[in-house]
Amino acid sequence: MHIIKNRAIYLGISIVLIVLGIASMIFNAATGKGAFNYDIQFTGGTSIQVDIGKPVTDDEVAAIVQEVTGEAPAQMQSLEGNTKLIKTKSLDEDTRNAVQDKLMEKYGIEANAFTIQDVSGTISNEMKRTAALSIIVACVAMLIYVSIRFKDFSTGASAVIALCHDALIVLGSYALLRIPMNNNFIAAILTVLGYSINATIVIFDRVRENRRIIGRTNYEALIDTSVKQTLTRSLFTSLTTFFTVFCLYIFGVDSIKQFALPITVGIVCGTYSSIFVAGNIWYILSTVKMNKKKTGKKK
Amino acid sequence: MKGKSFLILLLVIIVAAALVAVAYLGVGNVPATDSSSEQQQMQVEIVTDANGEPVTDEEGNPQYNLVPVDEAETEAEDETEAVTDTEQATNADGTPVEAETAAEGETSADEESTEATTAAPRIGYGSYKNIKQGLDLKGGVYIVYEAEKEGTPTAAEMAAAVSMLQGRVEYKGYYDAEVSQEGDRRIRVEIPGVDDAAAAVNEIGEAAHLTFRAMNDDGTPGEVLVDGENVADADKATQNGQVVVTLAFDGTGAQQFAEATAANVGKRIGIYMDDMLLSAPTVNTAINDGNAIITGDFTVEEAEDLSSKIRAGSLPFNLTALEYNAVGARLGADSLSTSVKAGTIGIILVLIFMLIRYRLLGAAADLALVIYTALMVVILSLFGITLTLPGVAGIILGIGMAVDANVIIFERIKEELNAGKALKTAVRNGFAKALSAILDGNITTLIACAVLLWLGTGPIKGFAQTLILGIIVSMFTALFVTRVIVVCLGNIGAQNNKLYGAK
Repeated sequence: MHIIKNRAIYLGISIVLIVLGIASMIFNAATGKGAFNYDIQFTGGTSIQVDIGKPVTDDEVAAIVQEVTGEAPAQMQSLEGNTKLIKTKSLDEDTRNAVQDKLMEKYGIEANAFTIQDVSGTISNEMKRTAALSIIVACVAMLIYVSIRFKDFSTGASAVIALCHDALIVLGSYALLRIPMNNNFIAAILTVLGYSINATIVIFDRVRENRRIIGRTNYEALIDTSVKQTLTRSLFTSLTTFFTVFCLYIFGVDSIKQFALPITVGIVCGTYSSIFVAGNIWYILSTVKMNKKKTGKKK
Repeated sequence: MKGKSFLILLLVIIVAAALVAVAYLGVGNVPATDSSSEQQQMQVEIVTDANGEPVTDEEGNPQYNLVPVDEAETEAEDETEAVTDTEQATNADGTPVEAETAAEGETSADEESTEATTAAPRIGYGSYKNIKQGLDLKGGVYIVYEAEKEGTPTAAEMAAAVSMLQGRVEYKGYYDAEVSQEGDRRIRVEIPGVDDAAAAVNEIGEAAHLTFRAMNDDGTPGEVLVDGENVADADKATQNGQVVVTLAFDGTGAQQFAEATAANVGKRIGIYMDDMLLSAPTVNTAINDGNAIITGDFTVEEAEDLSSKIRAGSLPFNLTALEYNAVGARLGADSLSTSVKAGTIGIILVLIFMLIRYRLLGAAADLALVIYTALMVVILSLFGITLTLPGVAGIILGIGMAVDANVIIFERIKEELNAGKALKTAVRNGFAKALSAILDGNITTLIACAVLLWLGTGPIKGFAQTLILGIIVSMFTALFVTRVIVVCLGNIGAQNNKLYGAK
């Protein structure tokens, strides 16, 4: 294992993936689709998901909605089966009911085939704030814990940098694959972070143990050996978690798919980051620190 | 040693089997919740049908009386003290019909009684069928209301609003509904399992209307005497050691109330929320200054309930719906059955993988994993934790972490065995060396969960809860249960290293 020697390649791959994500955000935004496929929890508005029970065109449904609301829906989407997703600006209760009644009457469907959501601007703004806040607070708390437990700030910092890497890639996958961003987003991204930090810690735990055997300052050997020793574990654990999450993705309904997909992406990149990124960041940080100490002594 | 280990092993297997059985079938019989709803429906009937009966105790004395506030002038000053003084709330016998029904309605609406919120007939304690499902799984509707008011509403105002909504959902027959305050100014109403969410929301959406009405001789409500919007305040207080409810009217209200009481001395005045009778005190004298007290055998809770319901009739703010989410029952059922299917297949794949890769150790881990899964189901079911879609993800992540802990340990054991250590030493070292990695990994994940629990709302909180539970249970099964099994296996005589996946 030459993790450190080949660091330019490994970190390069990461940077390419992150840039790809950011580029698709910019591309989406530039083409007027919005950086992300925000669900109404983030934008405010009304979403009506309904299983019509027989194949109909989006346009037909959109026309019915427009008839009631006087405005074409902001977004029409066909989901699995004959389910349609209609998104509009926030509708009041009466209008919502009118749309539902109209669709029920037209297609002879029951009220239980509808999933309707209405989110006001207040909630959606809070949602964005909570999402950002919880990720930042969680990262800072983990940074502090890891730094204390490993008595080394570089360990905490590189673990958290690896996390930011994962968060950015998962975020990029939301933009690239147009995964709807709803209130499961926070849960998905924190699952990935929790999972990835776990993998990173297992490696740093080995580094901590190997310091006595290999030597405290032999950074390259420390990382290479530790990663090699924990490699089977890293792969197997990812594989087993991958099994379960991927099963959710395969068999789940749409809302579960939307949740399982980013986690699947996150597990893959979380494994990658703990093996190839965290160690390298730690190597760079520790080397810089050592060099500083040396030049300090020379003076 | 050998016999003992064999016994322990057998015991673990029996425990695992028992847990699986409990998780599937449950233990004993949980009283079906249908009966309680019938009861409540009957209570409503009692209120409307049995109104003809005089509100008396066994001696035939009127229980509730409307008296002017000056009869108890000292109370006003004592009020704050009295509110906290629960000792004075003695529960006397002979509580009249109204008081009882009101009190029962209140308890069932209480947040603590969450265990009574699943409508489906229950099989037994601990069964997966009893797990309280979130609205995204079961179907249903939730609405988040916000108080429309400059500045922050007071705690009493919010409590009154919660109480009003609670009264409404119950009165409309949604006994599974939960009403809870969220933050300073929001109220979340959740009604699980409704087919037609729009209708349900329409029904509870209209603001309740509080009225003071004359009562006909047969107990049916008569003409409206005072409207609820003319109530300035209502609160609980104590008078001569007795818990009472104080009433204060505004200008118009005071005038109307004076006329009403003058005309009804010796008779009862009904306080209604829509058509629901809250209380029917007897008028002792005409009350002219707009300040009255309802006396009677109130407990503190009953007085609090009544006063907050009266206050709710004069809420100083409107409630706007900020968020509305209705999941069709059919879609909800789909998401649950598919997640259960996916989860089962996922777990089976993991079990097979562990068995192939780690042989005997894998079997030990599999047994521990079965215990983990069954234990999670039983705990979720017994503690009434609401399972949401993200919650399912939390459980699956927990499985991942339980497996992970065992993989870390087993790789260590293999390393030790390959380095030529004896089995016993290898097992001991494997567990000891893996411990720090497992602990640190799990604690950092716990930290992330704590943040979610703190900042998140609704389903996100559910995710954090199940994940925290999953981590704690998985640490127990992966570290303790697996270890017991592995040590016992070694003692029984499974000594060949190949059985442990080593070279």
